[in-house]
Amino acid sequence: MANIEAIGHELAETLKKYSADYIEVHLEESQTTHITYRGRKLESVSQSTAVGGNVRALVRGGWGFVSFNSFNELPSRVESAVKQARFVGKEESKLAEVEPVVDTVLIKMDKSPLTIPLAEKKQLLDEYNDIIWSTPGIQTSMINYGDGRKKTIFLNSSGSFIEQERADVTLSLRAVAAKDNEVQQANLSLGSLGDFTQIQGLNPKVEQMAKLAVEMLSAPQIKGGEYTVVLDPVLAGVFVHEAFGHLSEADFVYENEPLRQLMTLGKEFGSRGLNIVDSAVLPGLRGSYKYDDEGVPATKTYLIKEGKLVGRLHSRETAAKMNEKPTGNARAFNYRYPPIVRMTNTYIEPGSASFDDIISDIKEGIYAKNWYGGTTSMEMFTFSASEAYMIRNGKVAETLRPVVLTGNVFDTLKNIDAIGNDLEMNQGGGCGKGGQAPLPVSNGSPHIRIRHCLIGGR
Amino acid sequence: MERILAQAKEVAEEAEVFVVSSEETPVQFEANRLKHIQSKQSTTVALRIIRQGRIGYATATELEDSQDLLSAAVETAQFGMKAGFEFPPLSSYPGVETFDSSIESVSIEEMVQLGEELITKIRDHTPDLLCEASVSKGVTSVRLINSRGGQAGYRQSVFSLGIEGQLTQGTDMLFVGESQSSCHPILETDGIAEVVLRQLELAKDQAKAPTGSLPVIFTPHGVASALVFPLMAGFNGKMVLEGASPIGSKLGQKVFDEKLSLWDDSTLAYRPTSCPCDDEGMPAQRTPLIERGVVSNFLYDLQTAALAKTRSTGSGRRSRGGLPAPSPSAFIITPGNTTFDEMVADIKEGLVVEWLMGATQGNIEGGAFSGNVLLGYKVESGRIVGRVKDTMVSGNIYQLLKQIVAIGNDARWAGGFLNTPSLYLPSVPVAAK
Repeated sequence: MANIEAIGHELAETLKKYSADYIEVHLEESQTTHITYRGRKLESVSQSTAVGGNVRALVRGGWGFVSFNSFNELPSRVESAVKQARFVGKEESKLAEVEPVVDTVLIKMDKSPLTIPLAEKKQLLDEYNDIIWSTPGIQTSMINYGDGRKKTIFLNSSGSFIEQERADVTLSLRAVAAKDNEVQQANLSLGSLGDFTQIQGLNPKVEQMAKLAVEMLSAPQIKGGEYTVVLDPVLAGVFVHEAFGHLSEADFVYENEPLRQLMTLGKEFGSRGLNIVDSAVLPGLRGSYKYDDEGVPATKTYLIKEGKLVGRLHSRETAAKMNEKPTGNARAFNYRYPPIVRMTNTYIEPGSASFDDIISDIKEGIYAKNWYGGTTSMEMFTFSASEAYMIRNGKVAETLRPVVLTGNVFDTLKNIDAIGNDLEMNQGGGCGKGGQAPLPVSNGSPHIRIRHCLIGGR
Repeated sequence: MERILAQAKEVAEEAEVFVVSSEETPVQFEANRLKHIQSKQSTTVALRIIRQGRIGYATATELEDSQDLLSAAVETAQFGMKAGFEFPPLSSYPGVETFDSSIESVSIEEMVQLGEELITKIRDHTPDLLCEASVSKGVTSVRLINSRGGQAGYRQSVFSLGIEGQLTQGTDMLFVGESQSSCHPILETDGIAEVVLRQLELAKDQAKAPTGSLPVIFTPHGVASALVFPLMAGFNGKMVLEGASPIGSKLGQKVFDEKLSLWDDSTLAYRPTSCPCDDEGMPAQRTPLIERGVVSNFLYDLQTAALAKTRSTGSGRRSRGGLPAPSPSAFIITPGNTTFDEMVADIKEGLVVEWLMGATQGNIEGGAFSGNVLLGYKVESGRIVGRVKDTMVSGNIYQLLKQIVAIGNDARWAGGFLNTPSLYLPSVPVAAK
């Protein structure tokens, strides 16, 4: 396999000689393993290796980008990125100033997924699959396990040279129940920054999941309309990611004048108790890193503090164009894509309410848990719960079929009227943007209550 | 490739080498102006072996390190599923046209000009609209060989052109957009501009949707964003095999309205979803899935077909370099003879859904969908009166598609993978603020 360090060092000598305002190079090598189960049996095991890279050049505000698997003729690839950028560029290049960095960040891990034999991974998954199948009423099951290790080399024309390593583990389990041509399912998604032990010992959760799928067959579908809803930490994490996280990504805002007006720092979005943070410097989460893919050190950024907009996520370009500080949020899914502004670990800070405080005065409402997914158009967003229960007279009551919730960012955050004291981070998700998915992120929240939340239904 | 196959045959009973390489050039516009030109070269090599009866699989991005690739495949074969199939021997393939060499001669300058022209046409109508556009051309080569003498290969050209416009007024955001793709270069912008201009016209005023069950017309994009993903899951042979498709036991039975006919087709000339053979070397075909409301086939790859004791429908596709799995190529819904205007005229109070956001997240396998109307209109007394917002449209396709009032004569491609007319359903659950 190509030696990307050597290639990087060789290229580093040459980057200054091109007539571009800025050039950066990403080189990457990765190994991944995937194991899937369908039904009672292991369906597939595969191992992949990849090595590739890209060159990104900036000339008079225009970008060129060349990605490749073949390392032949690298100088001509750099030249063609510069040529493309020159073709596009008609303005002035603006990038926020950052100090050049030379650093190596290696992973320290006792149980790197790569050192664990396939047989051990299979044994754990067999155990989970057996639990699902021992539940009466299960029609089929699906398990997707993935792990990997990735080494990236970043270098730029300002003299940065950063070598970073990361590992990743993901596990999703699904139990499907069927009866009389009705199909219902329940799921569980987890992940970690390469720590295999975090997906071990889930037996009780897997059992609960399988039972829920069967229970849902006889559960009613709720009638569509507005409800008071309580979200568990997992779903509330998806909510904060979709409802506000994406809107705080500066690339949506920096060239959109009316949206810039709407998103002026200091604007009120929620009550005084609402604080929203994005932080890649939290240790050991799937969205954590030391440097982003533009070589900018990671930061902790308050997006909302005491209900007011106080910050947003930046690349070097968006920061410069908005006269704000870079936050180190430019990330690329892999070497086939240029870095764009992304979230990392996004969460609502805990308040003081207990779960009982939150539900005790709800006469009729919905307790929505766990997630299928979420999406946003910036103004409006949807997020879907894979578990739902009625709340009646302050108590969690009967099981419902899964619900999809929707909101409007300018109203819904203001309708959060209770924030729990039980922050949890969920690492089972991946984020999609601009065709780059699933990017490892985590999100979290304590339990929260939202008034007047619109839910689809029969 | 031949060397990898030869090495693999020494340690395994059967082997298959699949190589896909592509060159792609996307030109991107942001905030109404040219922002990015890219070129992307990529190669993936996949080795599938059958060793001691079990399937092993590994991929890499270069052909050189064949020994690593082989040992990875051998390692996985210890645990892989028992192979129920044999690789197909050399066979003849249908003549499916997928390559137009003129795509290579389209210059970057011409691509930039197309994007600029499209943005100008749309902003002439609505000057405050902020547009993102992309113009992309690419060529993909696929080659496959296996130990039974099977071999296949083809080249595919793909050109795509698309635009998304956003208008922010106060806290209100409007989204419009359209895209097209073809194996031919798309050198005129009128078709796309026309669709977007019509969206802008219809969305000029706002209207309030009621809550309740209403007649709803799903436009081709509406069908693509709300109804088609549950159908794709339902006709997937794997779901059927596992008993997890609600229509799995209904082969030959009438499950949908008799006006509805659907087929999967990978043989259409010059479509980016077409190919002479699938990713396992099985010939491309046109597979009827619903014939006048009756379930007529499901989609299979080799392994799933073997387990289900049926034949592959040439639907084995590899997504993200994974093992082949049954997957649709292009879904085609047979058009009817009702015009869109006639459908609207028939509705006293209802909706037109052009884009449902988030509808693909949920119990898709069970047929459920539920999403927020990102672009859709209210119909009152046979007339579109304005755009609706803060509105959820939900349902289960297996109930809703039992009764279709009318099928449009306005079939077109939506999202590149679906060719459909508008569908007019009598009663769909709607919840609005």
